[in-house]
Amino acid sequence: MDNTTTIDAKSSVKPPVSSVGVVGWARANLFNSWFNSILTLLTLLLLWKVIPPFVNWAFIDSLWWSTSAECKAAEGACWSIIPAKYRYILFGLYPYDSQWRPFLAIIILIGLLFYSRNRAHWKKSLAYAWLVGLILMGLLLRGGILGLASVESTLWGGLPLTLLLSVFGLTAAYPLGVLLALGRQSEMPAIKSICIIYIEMIRGVPLITLLFMSSIVFPLFLPEGVSINAILRAQVAIIMFTAAYIAEVVRGGLQGMATGQFEAAESLGLNYYQTMRLVILPQALKIVIPPTVSQLISALKDTSLVVIIALYDLLKTTQTTLSDPDWMGFSSEAYIFVALIYFACCYFMSSYSRRLEEELDTGL
Amino acid sequence: MQMKNWLRGKVAKAAVLIVGVLFLAFCFAGCGDSKKASELESKVAELQKTVSDLEKQNKELEAKKVAVGKTLENVRAKGFIQAGVNGDLFGFGRADDKGVWKGLDVDTARAIAAAVFGDADKVKYTPLTAKTRFTALQSGEIDVLTRNCTQTLGRDTALGLDFCQVNYYDGQGFLIPKKLGVKSAKELDGAAVCVLPGTTTELNVADFFRANGMKMSPVVIENTAELAKAFFAGRCDVLTSDASQLAGTRAVAPNPKDYMILPDIISKEPLAPAVRHGDNQWKDIVNYSVLAMINAEELGITSKNVDKMLKSKDPRVMRFLGVTEGNGKALGLNEKFAYNIVKQVGNYGEVFERNVGVNTALGIERGLNALWTNGGLMYSPPFK
Repeated sequence: MDNTTTIDAKSSVKPPVSSVGVVGWARANLFNSWFNSILTLLTLLLLWKVIPPFVNWAFIDSLWWSTSAECKAAEGACWSIIPAKYRYILFGLYPYDSQWRPFLAIIILIGLLFYSRNRAHWKKSLAYAWLVGLILMGLLLRGGILGLASVESTLWGGLPLTLLLSVFGLTAAYPLGVLLALGRQSEMPAIKSICIIYIEMIRGVPLITLLFMSSIVFPLFLPEGVSINAILRAQVAIIMFTAAYIAEVVRGGLQGMATGQFEAAESLGLNYYQTMRLVILPQALKIVIPPTVSQLISALKDTSLVVIIALYDLLKTTQTTLSDPDWMGFSSEAYIFVALIYFACCYFMSSYSRRLEEELDTGL
Repeated sequence: MQMKNWLRGKVAKAAVLIVGVLFLAFCFAGCGDSKKASELESKVAELQKTVSDLEKQNKELEAKKVAVGKTLENVRAKGFIQAGVNGDLFGFGRADDKGVWKGLDVDTARAIAAAVFGDADKVKYTPLTAKTRFTALQSGEIDVLTRNCTQTLGRDTALGLDFCQVNYYDGQGFLIPKKLGVKSAKELDGAAVCVLPGTTTELNVADFFRANGMKMSPVVIENTAELAKAFFAGRCDVLTSDASQLAGTRAVAPNPKDYMILPDIISKEPLAPAVRHGDNQWKDIVNYSVLAMINAEELGITSKNVDKMLKSKDPRVMRFLGVTEGNGKALGLNEKFAYNIVKQVGNYGEVFERNVGVNTALGIERGLNALWTNGGLMYSPPFK
């Protein structure tokens, strides 16, 4: 009896504090050599220098609901610019009293996007839902029927414009990119060379050049009085640009396919289209989900370049807001707000792609 | 018989000879002729080419005439004026929170609409960047460019534009913190200068420093608001920009009293509305719409007293407001065009004070933009 108690007492002696818990973890990971110790200390110093002032600025000293005059007197961040100006930042020049319309359009779009996240919902009815949703959004934005006042596309701006340019840009660019990739792999010399020339030409110039071409050079070739909508011109440029990059990503996937796959498809008697549709593309596109999504994310952010051709996308409306002398000094706050919106959009895409990858993972 | 034969042979020989000589002669003559003919032919071809060239030129001119000579008709058919404006420039062209366009340039466009349609609201605005503004006008996307554009010889000629009456005389100046202790721009040797890139401002300041044998280090920042922020944070000693902007920039400083604008103006920036080259009628309309605002101020007519002034017996006022007819017809407009401008938009003084004057955030004095009678440059030819 006695013996057992001693053993129990011995086994319940705890290891020294210095090797378990927070201290132990810190010793093992942060201070395990003199070099790492110095790095840890330097990092802590940096954080101590940066975080408290930022918290002070952003939260403690900040103003949330005030006038610009109060903001100028205050030390901290002036988040008041957001409640004061959010409608202009989000909707730009869209007629003030009708701004519920682009708001509703965005809600529809976000709703559709979230609904489509679940692969169980991928049925024919979803395609119809998108079709109806897009038509509804277009009607809401444009108006002109059902008692809605007509609003010209030149007045569209802010978040709806950014989403419009990216969603349409990406959905149109993706199939085009896949076609270009297949064309580049084609054995027909005409198609192959056309695709190669297109891809290399587009990849050889920056997006800004394409936007300038579409907005400055292109109109000079049109006859007097004929003008193609500036948004459409930018949209086409974005689609052309993104498609070329997607094409190269998809080509990577196609080249990664083992020859056995082609041969197996052929031996089953499948023709070219069946081979591609049933065997090759499903696998190839799955492999390239990560690079495709990163391409799409950068395309979404690239839409902010339309600033230079004076389209009022989210970034431009923010800049215009900042040209109001009352709020001129508070650019950091406004840009942080816009950055958060961009982050939300991009994070949605990347988290969705991760999920899609997991769901489609067949262990190959 | 033999004789006969011989003779025959002779004749035949002679005939052959004659024919041969003649042939040769013809040949020579023919050769000469064909030479002449080919010369003539080439001349004819040349002339024909000249004629077709002339015809082509004529056609091109006709096409241009059709294209640019009908701005007024196009505008009337559309029912509104498409005006190119800045979009970001407080006091000149910018939409407020509710999307209502305001500014000196916007009011200029409104004045043109008031003149053409009798309704200042019949304007649609196209916001343009410094890079897209001229193309938009050249390609016919807009009817008039009222976007704080400096009139220069190059733009007026090579770019195919026509500038109208100046609606704002600007110039480039310097904003400094008072603690710099500088009284003139000539003392700025070695200064770090905050400047916007890609504008004439950047060139002007470089020229100014070089001309005065001084050194500068430019701090170039793309955006006006960011530029001001950098300046107030002390990243540069001096901020240079159009004088119209400096007052506004100073006003948004954390402590405006710590900053001053130097008296030196280093460039001439006459800001004027522009139209496409070659449409004189439209140019006249834009021109006299701006001039009408200036003339109204000179005659003491404001948006408030314009109805009373209709009963004035002053012949200048009567002609101006269209009580005595003639001006409108000459321009191809309604006789009441000047009345409509003043009634709906105001005279130049009102427009100036409303958008950029001392009571606005920009707080600009009239200065060069005062009437000539007050020592400024605003001068209108008589309306008669």
